[in-house]
Order: sequence, then C-alpha cells, then structure tokens
Amino acid sequence: MIFGDISQAIGRTPLVGLPSLSPKGYMLYLKLEGQNPTGSVKDRVAKYLIDEAERLGLLTKGQRVLEPTSGNTGIGLAAICTVKGYPLTCVMPENTSDERKQLLTMFGAELVFSPATEGSNGSVRLAREMAAKDPDVYMPFQYGNAANALAHYETTAPEIIADLPNVAAFVAGLGTGGTVTGVGRRLKAWNPNVKILAAEPEYGDLVYGLRNLDEGYIPEVLDLDVLDSRIKVDSLRALEWTRRLASEEGIFAGVSTGASLAVAARVCKRLPVGSEVVALSPDGGWKYLSTGAYAPGDIKEIATAISGTLWA
Amino acid sequence: MPVVRIPSVLRKHTDGEAKVAIDGASVRDVFAGLIAKHPDLAESLLDGDTVRGFINVYVDDEDIRYIGGLDAPCSDTEEIAIMPAVAGGSSFQAFR
Repeated sequence: MIFGDISQAIGRTPLVGLPSLSPKGYMLYLKLEGQNPTGSVKDRVAKYLIDEAERLGLLTKGQRVLEPTSGNTGIGLAAICTVKGYPLTCVMPENTSDERKQLLTMFGAELVFSPATEGSNGSVRLAREMAAKDPDVYMPFQYGNAANALAHYETTAPEIIADLPNVAAFVAGLGTGGTVTGVGRRLKAWNPNVKILAAEPEYGDLVYGLRNLDEGYIPEVLDLDVLDSRIKVDSLRALEWTRRLASEEGIFAGVSTGASLAVAARVCKRLPVGSEVVALSPDGGWKYLSTGAYAPGDIKEIATAISGTLWA
Repeated sequence: MPVVRIPSVLRKHTDGEAKVAIDGASVRDVFAGLIAKHPDLAESLLDGDTVRGFINVYVDDEDIRYIGGLDAPCSDTEEIAIMPAVAGGSSFQAFR
C-alpha cells in the first residue's frame, strides 16, 4: 500500500477475531482503530472535519483551527492540520494524560487547559467562549458536526459490512456519539436487525463530584434513537477486560476498549447462538501507560486510581 | 431489594447516604419510596413525570431509556444508579 501523504493512509483497519474471549457459541471481533496513522479512530473524524470545512468554504488557507478535545481528536487534527498547513489550538481537561499532551505539542498544536472537575463539558464551554471572542478561528466542533458521524457512516461501517456481512451487533464507547451514530445508521440500513450498543464509562466520584446537574451537555451528533441499549461499565470491569485482551488475545488496547468488550460479551446472551459481534477498539494502550492502568499490582486499587481519569 | 446509588451532588438530600435500599416493582415505585424517605430529592430527581435533565438512571448498568423508562421493572434488580450526565452521556429527558 502506497499513499501520497499521511492523510490518505487513514482507515481500512483490521477486524480481528477474539477466539479466547468470545463467549461459548458466539464470536467477538475487534475493529483495531489504533492501527490508524496517529493511533486512534479519531483520524477518520479529523480528516472528515477538515475536508468538509474546506469543501464548504468554511476554512481558508492558513486559518487557525480550534477544537475542544480530550486528546485523540486533537492528535488526529494536529497531523491533518500539519499536512494541510493550518495552525491548531486544542482545549482539553487538565488531567489529560502526559502522552497525549506531549504528542500534541510535538505535532505543533497549542494547548489550553480546562478544569479537570468539569471533564469534557468544561473543554466544550471554554472552547466556545474562545471561539466567540475570536472570529478568525474555525472551530470544527466534533460534538455538533455532522461530518463526525459521516466519517463512520461512509468509512468505518462499510469496512465492517465488507469484512463481516452477517454482523449481528455492534458495540462502541460513548464519547461524542459519532461512532455509534454513524456506524449504527449504516449498519441498520444494511440490516435493520443489527443491534447497536453503547458502552458508557462509569467514572469515580472525583469526576462526577462537582458536576452541576443544571449544566449538562448533549452532543448534537449523538442520535439516541439508533441505540438499542446503553450500558455503563465501571473502571474495574473495563480494566479486567483490557488486561485479558492483552494476556489472552495478544492485543494491547486502551481501557475504553475493555468497556466495549464487557458490553459485547454481555449482549451475546440476547442474540441467537452463532451470532457474530463487533466491538470497536478506539485506540491502543500506549498513550495511557503513565496512568498506571497496565502496571503490576492489585487491579482493584489500580481501577480506583484510574477512575478519576477520563479514559474514554 | 434494589439499592439506589446516590451521586455525591445529591447526598446533601440523603443525610450523606451514598446507598439507600428501597423496595419496588419499577423504577417509578422505587423513586416514590426514595422521595418519601428523603423529600428534598424530589426536585433534583424528577421534572413532573420524567427524570430531570442531565441525570441518567441505570438498572443493573442498563440505561432505563431502553428498558421502559420509569416503568423499567426492578424486582430482581440489585442496583439502581443515579448518575450525572457527562459529555457523551446525554440526558434522558432532553430526548423525550
């Protein structure tokens, strides 16, 4: 495979069977989005956000791009913006992992931090305030940009259908909602019986603690009607599945992959025997080593320690 | 009997209790029992006949939106969790 530049090498990721982790009588497959050029599913989204803005004339040569992102979208955008000549500012919670911060800085992005206690809601708020004050920046805004779900509708889902036409269910994490919405709509158009499930990370009190119940945020790209179920997964269970994925299947993934696998295994008992289920792995584990998620030691203590981190 | 998990922002209404055991056949029943015990929760939890915005409710980890809303059965349930919505975890009510 040869490509003219890195932006063309996005997608066409492997779909890998999990013979050891699959419940008896079922087959789980994992879509390894960590194989994208900057290491996450967000490369697909970043490419679509920029391409759509150019196509619609919203982004002009050399214009600054501003985006609230907890890391992966920023890293994907940083690579695309570098190739295309746009400066980039990323707004993220201050507790984002060091690996992500270093990668973004190396790619030449400018970083702005929002309070950890506000999570990604805080990044959205701050980025919106900054964009309102500066008319010269372009904010793609992945949470509200249809190009986010479109990337999955036009690339991720067709790849799954081509590789596994009998897919019975699809599981992905809830972040912006772009993955479940885009893949879900395309898979249901292909076969209305396909079940779409969202795995929702359950954080610790540190993350929820100071949240004001009057100030939530609902991503516009998330279509809740495409979902058949939304299941929360706590840090311990996500971590257990992430570690089993490494020790039993030889795949090193981020912790949100473990959350989706837990949901994929749970949903099997609602499906006919012999069903094939796809879970999406948004990234590898490399960027989370500093969180201690993969360190030796008591897994319960580690789970408690990482539950204050936004790991999805 | 299901145990209701109260998020830290609402514990001021439950004398600091993080878990409250309440019997009931549906989430609606359990919430009625919970509010009878801790009346100050009513305003934070419900808006008329729906769960208030930016709160998600889970019965044994399943979002009640997909299993009948407040009518979701919970006689065999171990845990009902009330959680603040975070980005990506959208509100139940806002989509009704």
